[in-house]
Amino acid sequence: MLNIAKIKNGIVIDHIRAGQGIKVFNWLGLDKTPHTVAFVVNATSSVMGRKDIIKIDNTIAINFDVLGLIDPNITVNIIEEEQICEKIALELPKRVENVLICKNPRCITSTESYIPQVFHIENPELRTYRCEYCDEIQSVGDFFR
Amino acid sequence: MFKGRHLVEPGNFSIEEMDDLFRLAERIEAEEGYLRESCRGKVLATLFFEPSTRTRLSFEAAMLRLGGNCLGFAEPGSSSASKGESLADTVRMVSCYADAIVMRNPKEGAALLASRYATVPVINAGDGGHHHPTQTLTDLLTIRRFRGSIAHLTVGFCGDLKFGRTVHSLAKALARYPHIGMRFISPQELRVPDYITEGLLKKEGIDYRETDSLEKVIGDLDVLYMTRVQRERFFNEEDYIRLKDSYILNLKKMRPAKQDMIVLHPLPRVNEIAQEVDADPRAGYFKQAQYGMYIRMALLASMVGSVS
Repeated sequence: MLNIAKIKNGIVIDHIRAGQGIKVFNWLGLDKTPHTVAFVVNATSSVMGRKDIIKIDNTIAINFDVLGLIDPNITVNIIEEEQICEKIALELPKRVENVLICKNPRCITSTESYIPQVFHIENPELRTYRCEYCDEIQSVGDFFR
Repeated sequence: MFKGRHLVEPGNFSIEEMDDLFRLAERIEAEEGYLRESCRGKVLATLFFEPSTRTRLSFEAAMLRLGGNCLGFAEPGSSSASKGESLADTVRMVSCYADAIVMRNPKEGAALLASRYATVPVINAGDGGHHHPTQTLTDLLTIRRFRGSIAHLTVGFCGDLKFGRTVHSLAKALARYPHIGMRFISPQELRVPDYITEGLLKKEGIDYRETDSLEKVIGDLDVLYMTRVQRERFFNEEDYIRLKDSYILNLKKMRPAKQDMIVLHPLPRVNEIAQEVDADPRAGYFKQAQYGMYIRMALLASMVGSVS
């Protein structure tokens, strides 16, 4: 059994589906943070069987939209003085900007690169989003594969 | 109520607003010279980043018949886009010269982008395989004129349903009317996109079916909307050659159709409707082109002209 020390002030990203942790780590740019980060893979979970966990030993700005897109079941705990002071429940965002990129080669965003890439949720169950410009429907699963 | 607004997709106007335009177009058709001075002193910019004959001529004819003037270009080579100018800058610049912009662009979503940067109304005259709302208004007016109303109809779409923007726009518009059934007839490779079927028709509970056989469904149809397989939409010439002759409508295929079915086509046609069909009273496509000019007159008169 591997033990990771408690953090005093920081963020714990918990209940990441086993194997998905590296995506969260990369999308949040944690390889570039100056703070101490613990990245645990395949931790035992009574609910999930196995899960990944990320602990950040400081408070940083997190794009919750991105986390929600990767997996809305992830939980984020904000830690202060070794206590959970806030639990943030994620959900699939209704609108995301400059996170997903339209794959339709005929979309205007493919040539006019100054405009933001905006997607709106199409079907929460299928985790699909619609490009605001060309209406192309894309699956989040395809994007974060 | 149309002043200062954009027309990017058919959904920008309510059913009641479209009805107002249809009534205005019908009056223009009935009364020669009606609204002749409506756009006197107004300038319409026609920006065609993709070749077009009838849509551009139809808009220009409409503006001229309303007493207004037109300027613009008919191919991207003669625009500043060929020098690398962004679309946003082009429409901002043109907004300084014209009272409204009509734009066709091969990129999907181009009209929405233009509407966000222009300071005058933008009318989408086709954005790639996406929307073509004035063709939709034309199609709806034609159905209304032939059938008396836009309700309780089964409409068949045949040909290139994947890249055919007129099909996408019309299907979305018809979904807003009561008791409309749709039949999508195409080869597997040219099926109507998911955002129409899954994203709209299924959600709205619209009765629709997809098939590859025109013969199986033609007897059920009140309207048959034929489309051309468009060479310019294909990245691969081999795919175009393989699919271009998928459906050709002739009098033999028309035999099981209802006597009051109407055949529409956004034109130009290549060979998908045999010339022998032209003389059939159910052929509505040339009349449809004429209605296109009337509805564009109604639109311009309402958006930039004297009609309030």
